[in-house]
Order: sequence, then C-alpha cells, then structure tokens
Amino acid sequence: MSVSTCPSEPVPVAGFLDGLDPLDRDIVLATQAGLPLVPDPWSAVGKPLGLAGNEVRARMQRMIDSGVIRRIAAVPNHYRLGYVANGMTVWDVDDAHVERLGREVAGIPGVSHCYRRPRHLPEWPYNLFVMLHGRSQDEVEQQAEVLRERLGDACRDHRILYSSRILKKTGLRLARSSGRPR
Amino acid sequence: MAALDELDRRLIDAYQRDLPLCERPFAAMAERLDASEAQVVERLQSLLQRAVLSRVGPVFDHVRAGASLLAALAVPEAERDAVAAAINRSPGVNHNYAREHDYNLWFVMTAADEVQLEARLEALEEELGQPLLRLPMVEGYHIDLGFPIPWDELEAS
Repeated sequence: MSVSTCPSEPVPVAGFLDGLDPLDRDIVLATQAGLPLVPDPWSAVGKPLGLAGNEVRARMQRMIDSGVIRRIAAVPNHYRLGYVANGMTVWDVDDAHVERLGREVAGIPGVSHCYRRPRHLPEWPYNLFVMLHGRSQDEVEQQAEVLRERLGDACRDHRILYSSRILKKTGLRLARSSGRPR
Repeated sequence: MAALDELDRRLIDAYQRDLPLCERPFAAMAERLDASEAQVVERLQSLLQRAVLSRVGPVFDHVRAGASLLAALAVPEAERDAVAAAINRSPGVNHNYAREHDYNLWFVMTAADEVQLEARLEALEEELGQPLLRLPMVEGYHIDLGFPIPWDELEAS
C-alpha cells in the first residue's frame, strides 16, 4: 500500500538558477518557500532586494511567460485531502499510438503525471508511465482499469507498482551553486 | 481528512491553479470569495499550518531545471535497505521509493547538466557493481497536479 504524498519531480540545484538573470534568481530564492501572507506580498519580497512591488510582479509575469514559473498557486497537499493511495502505472503501448494516447489518458481523473520513457527490452517493455492518485488502492485500480480500456488494443501489457516505502524524499529547494558570485 | 469549512473549500478550488498577480492578491481573492482580505490571509495561514496546503507561491518548472533521470534497480529484498542507503548517500539523489516489483528501488538522480548527470550515474553504477535501468523522460503529457476535488465524496469516505 502506498503512503506517499504527491510525488514531485526534482528541482536540481544549480543549473536552474544559473540560467536566470541575477534579480530573477533572487526573487526565485525569496519566494520558493512561499509568499509572505501580507496585503502586498510583492513589495515585501522586493524590499530587501531594492525592488518595488510592481517590478517584482513584472519580473514574475515574465518568468511565467517564459515558462520558468509554471503558475502561482495555493498548492494543496493531496495526501491531507484524503488522497492517500498512489500507484505508478507502466504501460507497453504501440509506438505508433503512444503520443496520441498519452495525451488522451493524461486528462483522466486521478492522473497527476504522464510521461513517455524508453523501453529496455527484454526486461523492461513499458514505454508510458502514468502516476495515479486515489483515496484507496481500490480506487487506483479502478482508475487503472479506465486507462486500460482507453488504451485498448494499442496496449499489450501493464503493471501497477505501488510504493511500499519512501526511502528518501527531499523537498523542492533550490540552492545557489557554491562559490558562484551573486 | 482535515476539517475544512465551505470557505476553505472554495478557496482551494478557486486558487489551486492560479493566484492573481495583482497588487493586492489576497484582496482580489477575498472579493471573489465574498470574504475579507484579513479572512483570506487568516485561512491561508491556517491551511498552511495544518499542512492542507503545502505552499502558497510560485511553482517552478522542474523540467527546465538542469538534468534529471528516473532510474530503477532490482536487488534481493534482504539487501534492499543497504543498497538504498548507498543510493541515498550518492550526490544528486532526491527521491528514492521502494516499489513492489522485481525492480524494487526507484529513484531520481539530478545534476546541473547532462555531463554531470552522466558522471553521477556512472559513479553510482560502479559503486553498486551493476547497471541501472535508465528511464529518461522522452515526453511529458501532463505535469500539473491541480485536479477537481470531490468534496462531497471525501466527506462520505
């Protein structure tokens, strides 16, 4: 049985920040743990950086437009909302259809991540990874059944890999690369 | 499930995807939720404190962030924890899950760039004395954790 919070892919430490303009980098570092909950959070973020609130907002908008920031949100902890079961499902899908079907099944309720990855034959035939979240293992299995029907004949085989233990999970934390001047 | 009233639920439903990037975001949220700015701030603080929200702020695009790779390893159950400890000591490893399969260890290796990633994977393979099942992302179809929350069903369960 899985006991995981929503899995998130990593934020590798140095590379991400090194690609940014120094002030954008300071804004990322100042906001990555969350915004200050005050009426004008942008001015509060900008003050120690010598930036006005509207400059912080303009920079964040540019980072949204360029894709560095995906969104600004009140991010729920799905585990605390009762989504206590997760299953990494892996599917062997016909290469001719995997792209179309990957996009289709990504919209099914319960799906958080959907990725195409390479096969390693003969031991690993699965090329589509779909992370499912439910309130119980039964619900995850029902979601997997919905996926199986949607994939139809293009899918040769699949497995659900439940996590039995979290051996390491580091939070999302960006750090400056060591020794790099600001 | 944590006890959440109607305002908490409407707040999460409305803002799990996008917070307004305006001068007074909590006032704008309050207007839409028919609440006061102070109430919205107080609710956000409470939801964070109870860990119903993990964060209120920007979500960064990890795919752009350096290099990373999902890897798996099949090890005898008796050796699993010792091998997991060796993996966890390795620089760049930030997730490691035991899973119920012949490939029973699943982890994510990260690095600043592809060259460093390759070096870290090779060093780990050498230390472990066996090759890793390397599963780089070829394409992502859906990488958004926002989804509609069925509050009534959650209440009943």
